[in-house]
Amino acid sequence: MAYSDKVVDHYNNPRNVGSLDKADQTVGTGIVGAPECGDVMKLQIKVDDGGLIEDAKFKTFGCGSAIASSSLATEWLKGKTVDEAEEIKNTQIVEELNLPPVKIHCSVLAEDAIKTALNDFREKNGMPVVERKGHH
Amino acid sequence: MSLKFPIYMDYQATTPMDPRVHEEMNPYFDEKFGNAASRNHSFGWEAEKAVDDAREKLAAVIGADPREIIFTSGATESDNMALKGVAEMYKKKGNHIITSAIEHKAIIDSAKRLETWGFDVTYIEPPENGITTAEMVEDAMRDDTILVSIMAANNEVGVLNPIAEIGALCRGRGILFHTDATQGYGKIPIDVDEMNIDLLSASAHKVYGPKGVGLIYVRRRRPRVRLSAIIDGGGHERGMRSGTLNVSGIVGFGKAAELCMEEMEEENIRLTNLRDKFKATMFESLDEVYVNGHETNRLSGNLNLSFPYVEGESLIMGLSDVAVSSGSACTSASLEPSYVLKAMGRGDELAHSSIRYGFGRFSTEEEIDYVAEKTTGIVNRLREMSPLYEMVKEGVDLSKVEWQSH
Repeated sequence: MAYSDKVVDHYNNPRNVGSLDKADQTVGTGIVGAPECGDVMKLQIKVDDGGLIEDAKFKTFGCGSAIASSSLATEWLKGKTVDEAEEIKNTQIVEELNLPPVKIHCSVLAEDAIKTALNDFREKNGMPVVERKGHH
Repeated sequence: MSLKFPIYMDYQATTPMDPRVHEEMNPYFDEKFGNAASRNHSFGWEAEKAVDDAREKLAAVIGADPREIIFTSGATESDNMALKGVAEMYKKKGNHIITSAIEHKAIIDSAKRLETWGFDVTYIEPPENGITTAEMVEDAMRDDTILVSIMAANNEVGVLNPIAEIGALCRGRGILFHTDATQGYGKIPIDVDEMNIDLLSASAHKVYGPKGVGLIYVRRRRPRVRLSAIIDGGGHERGMRSGTLNVSGIVGFGKAAELCMEEMEEENIRLTNLRDKFKATMFESLDEVYVNGHETNRLSGNLNLSFPYVEGESLIMGLSDVAVSSGSACTSASLEPSYVLKAMGRGDELAHSSIRYGFGRFSTEEEIDYVAEKTTGIVNRLREMSPLYEMVKEGVDLSKVEWQSH
C-alpha cells in the first residue's frame, strides 16, 4: 500500500514521542485501543495555569497511519485550550494525512485518545466531563 | 559487493527464475513451438520428447516413475485435484477427510468445498511448534476416512512435518496420503516410496522455475490411485488433466528440478548458515524476539519471527527497501492476523507482530547483514514509541489490562 508523504514524514520523524507523569494533576492521559486489534494509543496533555495545553506527548503501537494520526494530534493539541481541543475531529486528521478508507479507524482512535485525555484532565481537576455521544 | 535495492526476502511467496532455466525454455516459445499431443509430425514429436525429458527429471526428485507425474497449472490446481478428485472417486468407500488447520488455502478452501458437498473434514490444530505428528493424525482417523492431506513444509512458518511417519500410518490403515509439497519439493529429500506418499503437489515458481506450471504425483501401483478429473477435454495426462501442455513451462520446471537436485545439499548448508547468522544477530540485538514454529525442524530458507510490542505493518513500513511478508494481513485491508499463527496458538498480539523472512538461491550474506541490522534498528525505534513496551518495562501485565477495544 502506498502511504501519503505526510504519513511517511510523521512515521520517520514522529513529533512529541514520550510520556508525561500520569500522577501530575495538570496532566491528562488517554489510552485507547487493544493489542489484539493491532492498535494501542497513549496520548497525554499537560495544561498550564492559564488553561492552555502547553505540552502533548504520545506513544503508539500500530501501523504507520496510527503513528501519524497520534503524532499529528499532539501537534494540533499544543497551544489550544481544553475546550478548543475538544473540537478536533477525526475527519480533519483523515483530510490532513490523506488516509485511505481502510485507515480511517486510525483517526477515530486518535480522536478517542484526545477526548479520553481531556476528560481525564477534567476529572482530576473537578471539572464536568464531556459525555461521549455513542461509540463507533 | 554493493547491495541492490529493494532486497528480496520473500522466497516462500515466489522465487526469481534461474537464468539457466530461462535459457533452457527459450527455444520452446517460437522455434520448437509444437503441441506435445500432435502425433503426426516432427513439431509434435519434438515437444513430446521435451516434455518426457522434463517428466523424468521431475519424477527423479521424489523417486517416482515419470508416468506418475501429471502436469497442472500450479500447486493450487494440484491440491484441488487431490482433494476433490479423491473425494469424488472414493466417496463410496468413505466420507471423511483429515487435514490440518495450517495448510495452504488451496487445501483449506478445497476441504471447505468438500464439506458443502457433504464430506466430513477434520482440521488438526498443531501445537505451538507447528508440527502435525502421526499421533495427531491417528487420533483423527475413523473407519470412513478416505484421505489424509498434510503438507511437507509450511509456507508461513517453514516447519517440516514427519511425512514418512504419517505416510506409514496411512498405508497401514489403507487410507490415501496426499502431501502438499509446494515448499518442500526440490528443497528437502522426498521419496514417495520410502515415505508411502500416494499423491503430492508441487509448483515450478517456488523452485526458480516459471509461474503457471505445477505437477501432481499420482501413485500408479500398490496402491493404484485413481482421480476423478476436474478439467475434462482431450484426455491428456492419462485423462486426469486435459488441456494442451505448457511445453515451455514444463521444460523450465524440469530444468529447475534438475538444478535443485544438483545443488540441494550445498544450498541447504549455505542457507542454514545465513539464516542462523541472521537469527543470531536478532537475538543479540533485541531483548524479546520469538521464532514462530519449531526452532530447527524447518526449511533452511525460512525464519518467521515475532517482535512483541511492535505492530507488523509499521515494521514493514520501516523496511521499505526490503521485500518481506507480514504475518498479519493488515496491508490487504482485512486487518486479520495470520490464521496459521493463530491456529498454532500464538495470540493475536504476537501474530500482529510477526514477519516472515524468506531466503533463497540468490540471497547474499551482505543482504542478510543489512536486513538484520535494519530490522533491529526499526524494532528498537518502534519500541521506544510503543505504549505496550513502556507498560511492560514498568511491570504491567498486559494480559490483565482492561483495553478499550473498538
